[in-house]
Amino acid sequence: MRFAVVRFGGSNCDRDTYHVLADVCGVDTDLVWYKDGLVKPYDAVVLPGGFSYGDYLRAGAIAARTPIMAELIRHAKSGGLVLGICNGAQIGSEAGLVPGTFTLNAYPKFISRHVHLRVENTTSPFTSLYREGEVIRVPIAHKEGRYVAPDEVLARLNREGRVAFRFCDEHGNTNPDSNPNGSAENITGVLSEAGNVLAMMPHPERASESVLGSEDGVKIFNSMIAYIEEHGRRRPTQ
Amino acid sequence: MKYDVTITIGLKEGMLNPEARAIQHALANLGFPTEDLSTARLYRITLDAADAAAAEKEAGQMCERLLANPVIHHYTIEVE
Repeated sequence: MRFAVVRFGGSNCDRDTYHVLADVCGVDTDLVWYKDGLVKPYDAVVLPGGFSYGDYLRAGAIAARTPIMAELIRHAKSGGLVLGICNGAQIGSEAGLVPGTFTLNAYPKFISRHVHLRVENTTSPFTSLYREGEVIRVPIAHKEGRYVAPDEVLARLNREGRVAFRFCDEHGNTNPDSNPNGSAENITGVLSEAGNVLAMMPHPERASESVLGSEDGVKIFNSMIAYIEEHGRRRPTQ
Repeated sequence: MKYDVTITIGLKEGMLNPEARAIQHALANLGFPTEDLSTARLYRITLDAADAAAAEKEAGQMCERLLANPVIHHYTIEVE
C-alpha cells in the first residue's frame, strides 16, 4: 500500500500530512513534487493544505490546472482514493473532482481555530471508522472555505449521502451559530459521485495525535487504509 | 491581427459577496450611504486572432477554462 502527498509551490501542510501517514498511521508514503508527476501506482493521493500559487486568481485555481492534475483525475476515475484537505479541497473542487466550490468566508477574514464537525456519512472510504452522527473536533484555517453549490447540487448531495461532514456545535447541532464561514447547509466535506474523492476544509492531520489536543482526525486516514486493505491495492494510475 | 480584449468577471446574481458588503459598510462609515455595491475583476488582454469573433471566442475559452468559476461567476467580453 502506498500513499502520495502532492506538493505544489506554496503547499505548507505537506510534511504534517506525510508525518501523520508515515509515522502515526505507518503507511508507505511519498512526498511528490507536482512537476515529477504520479510515477508510481498509488492507492491514495492526498492534496495537502497550503497556499498554492499564493491563492492567486482563486484559491486552488492554478494548481488545479497543472499537468499532474490530469494524472490525478485518471487516478480518481480508476477508483483510486483522493483526499483534498483545505487548499487541497479547493484544488479538488476547482478541478471538478467534487461539485461546488469553496469561496470567500461570509465574514471575509482568515479563521484559524478548532471547530466541531458532525460525521454525516459512515460508509465512505474516508469515514467508515466513525459512528453515524459522531461529533469530532478538528481545526480549520482558511479564508476561502465557504462551500457554495447550486440548490439542485445540494439536494443531490443530500439525497446520495455525499455530505461527509457538517460544521456543528459540541452537541452536534448544525445551525448558523455553528457555521464559522457561512457554508451552504454547514457543509464542509463533500464526496465525489463514486465516493472515492473527499474534499474537506478542516485539517484532520492537525488532529491526529493526542499531543495536538485531538486525535479525532486520524480516523479519516485509518479509514482510507482499511478501505484499501479490504478492496485491494496498487491501482494503476495511468 | 492584434485585438484588445476586456474580460469582466463578477459573481452571479444572488451570490453573497462579503468583500462588497465590507466595502459598502466602510463607505457608509465615511458618509457615503449606497443602495447596492458589487465588485468584479477586470482583465485587459492583448492577443493575436484572425478576426474579432475569433478573439472573442478565445477569450471565452480563457474564462471557461481558468479565469471564471462557473459555479459562482458570470463574465462579459469586449473586443476592440
